[in-house]
Amino acid sequence: MAGITGYGARIPYFRLEKKKIGEAWGTYGAGEKAVANHDEDSVSLAVAAAVDCGKETADADCLYLATTTGPYGEKGSASTAAMALGLKKDVRTMDITGSLKGGISGLLSGLEQAESGIKTLVAMSDCRLGAPQGPYEQVLGDGAAAFVLGNDDIIAELEASESANQEVMAYWRSSTDRFLQTGEDRFASTKYVEILMAAMGNFAKQTGATIKDFDKVVLDAPSAKLHKLTARMLKVSPEQLIEGMYDSIGHTGCANVGLMLVSALSNAEPGERILVAAFGEGCHIAAFKVTEKIVSFKPKRPLKEQLANKDNSVRYTDYLKWRGIIETEPPRRPAVPKPSQPALYRGYDQNLGFIGSRCKKCGTPQFPKQRVCVHCQAKDEMEDYSFKNKTARLATYTVDYLAASVAPPTVIGVVDFQGGGRMLAEVTDCRPEQMRIGMELDFCFRRLQVADGISNYFWKAVPKRGGTND
Amino acid sequence: MTRGIKDKVAIIGMGCTQFGEHWDKSTDDLLVDAAYEAFADAGLGPEDIDAYWLGTMQSGYAGIVLSGPLKSQYKPVTRVENMCATGSDAFRNACYAVASGAYDMAMAIGVEKLKDSGYSGLTIAEPPHDGTKLDVTAPAAFSLLAPAYFNKFGVDPKQGKEVLAKIAWKNHKNGSLNPKAQYRTEIPMEKICSSPMVAAPLGILDCSGVADGAAAAIIVRAEDAEKYCKQPTFVKALSVSAGPGHGALHQDFDFTSIPENCAAAKDAYDQAGIKNPRQELSMAEVHDCFTPTELVIYEDLGFSKRGEGWKDVLAGTFELAGELPVNPDGGLKSFGHPIGASGLRMLYEAYLQFQGKAGQRQLKDPKLALTHNLGGYPWQCVCFISIVGSQLG
Repeated sequence: MAGITGYGARIPYFRLEKKKIGEAWGTYGAGEKAVANHDEDSVSLAVAAAVDCGKETADADCLYLATTTGPYGEKGSASTAAMALGLKKDVRTMDITGSLKGGISGLLSGLEQAESGIKTLVAMSDCRLGAPQGPYEQVLGDGAAAFVLGNDDIIAELEASESANQEVMAYWRSSTDRFLQTGEDRFASTKYVEILMAAMGNFAKQTGATIKDFDKVVLDAPSAKLHKLTARMLKVSPEQLIEGMYDSIGHTGCANVGLMLVSALSNAEPGERILVAAFGEGCHIAAFKVTEKIVSFKPKRPLKEQLANKDNSVRYTDYLKWRGIIETEPPRRPAVPKPSQPALYRGYDQNLGFIGSRCKKCGTPQFPKQRVCVHCQAKDEMEDYSFKNKTARLATYTVDYLAASVAPPTVIGVVDFQGGGRMLAEVTDCRPEQMRIGMELDFCFRRLQVADGISNYFWKAVPKRGGTND
Repeated sequence: MTRGIKDKVAIIGMGCTQFGEHWDKSTDDLLVDAAYEAFADAGLGPEDIDAYWLGTMQSGYAGIVLSGPLKSQYKPVTRVENMCATGSDAFRNACYAVASGAYDMAMAIGVEKLKDSGYSGLTIAEPPHDGTKLDVTAPAAFSLLAPAYFNKFGVDPKQGKEVLAKIAWKNHKNGSLNPKAQYRTEIPMEKICSSPMVAAPLGILDCSGVADGAAAAIIVRAEDAEKYCKQPTFVKALSVSAGPGHGALHQDFDFTSIPENCAAAKDAYDQAGIKNPRQELSMAEVHDCFTPTELVIYEDLGFSKRGEGWKDVLAGTFELAGELPVNPDGGLKSFGHPIGASGLRMLYEAYLQFQGKAGQRQLKDPKLALTHNLGGYPWQCVCFISIVGSQLG
């Protein structure tokens, strides 16, 4: 027996009102889409979604990271995520790239190995771009979901699954394309529906189960219109259908079906059955049965809370600038230098894992790691000390209008941790006017800079917006 | 223990270029101008100097930055770098060399050519690192002092902003009287208070400027000084403190004081035998890189009681006609801050004041002057303090 033992989600804090896109092009737009901040990418979102799963991830044997928008063509990012999450040194990591159904491919493979006791964490995320002025600019959004899969303390057990393979050029990006390509809409949508209907037919034949046997149905569809259409063709009732987040988040690529499954699990009762259908060069179908353990599992930041906590004042030009779609006046400061690869290597435990040191003589935590204690000057009496999930408060702060940034001004905080330790850190996902001395902060994993093709990640402070600490 | 070299060495000649945007002068030009002005001042030539200490943060590496333009004929040149205390530390090392008896005559010279960078603010070339070093500009780093100070000592932020503006106003007023300053006009309080924000609550006029410049001092043993100069400047104390970074790591640092200032001040006062700096000093040149820095310096250096520096500012204590004039030459605010030159520029003001050559800024019978630099960040820096006097004893 294998199933889902934990889940998490990450919706970026910033939202872009689609009407702003419409206004810019003299067309139409309604609703919002979630946009990753300039310091977020698929890797940082995936890590945040995994963090949201809570302590469940600590003993994972295997990590899959599924995205079509990773930072590298060559070099995986699952290893980055594993270190950021503090997973075991012998964790098996795998990057799943290229396909929108990659998230559910990872989920199904993970469930198979969970059967034999290999606890697997699957994180799925995407930050895809639709070309400016095109329809997909409004359709696509950014987000991530994560699931822990195991054979113990299961909250949703896998009952059956079915896959279909079908080569089709419906949606694609070549290795050099920045923006999603699609041919005639009618072809893509017709084939999408056809493939899904055929797979559902097969699934019904294999399992004997039909749509009405399920309490909740998660239907991944490329757009809100196709979501409605397929639901109707499959005779899914409005009560069964898990709402697509097309007008609040946008289609989040690899994470889309995952976020809908998180949405389904968030409101699930023991005994309910959930059907999941994911598309991309064919499709995957999976059926879950919710167990009584669902009652005791709580993600750190419930999806509902993440949907409600937002800042939708992002300008369309901000978004274009964050993504580097438009060229703007460069800051009159030197370009960010490429980080030193040996220095990066030496610092991974500390900088990705957010691990500092604590003096064994006087107990003072310190970040970054020190050899001589700042408090009692004892030499080489340090032990590793994790700063992750510690309650932190803003001691003081400044707003830097001069520092080079894609999104000036930069807010710099002097942050004090409960239990000791201080860090001077950038505060992100905030507006200067929201800052108050003494306010509570969380720390989140972010992309610090991209220089000469190297994406460099670190931890930044963010105003606490709900959620729980360990 | 720190023994110091009180009254063992003296300055007998100085030179200082005008500070400013020297689009038409190179680092070489500035060095030659400052050195030859000092030679002329002392009635000496390069052949008389036995060794050089060159201070520059990033206008060139090694002693050849000076020996090339000066053609100093294979004499020793040591290049010194200690961030904003660079020029001062070149002076300190030259003084120690003369005091040790190793050389009869040394020159300390500092230079910085900042305006060739193509950027408007100061930029520092960092050694390769892992990229996680906090990207914070100097004004942002020092702006942390202001709200912390206001909060701790119950100063209303609006009044606090005026206190800071008054420091800038005072320094610009003094600078308006100084022909070598970069900015030589008074700036009204309202303009300072409403200048564009750089790092809240600091506006652009709370910040020192960026300039090119060079300054030089010739140092001999104190007993030889009067052979060259009617009114030498005698060295009473030289002190440097380098911080462990306590403020970035430890929660007990509250951004209302810079411990390096306190440590260097205590050491310098001990060396010079000063008990009450506010009474005993005739003037001070301090590192007013940003207005809150100067406010905190008043208290760290014992000019004001803790928490009362802001009241002294409002009372005019540190103005030219006040009880203890601070930055009578106009400070970094009026001069800009060519890093390697600034410390020697400060000593130049003391030197002029002792000789009665400070023009409209002249103080009455100054006896003891303090110069102070601070390089780095409020949470970790190097601090330099010198005390110099017009008389021995």
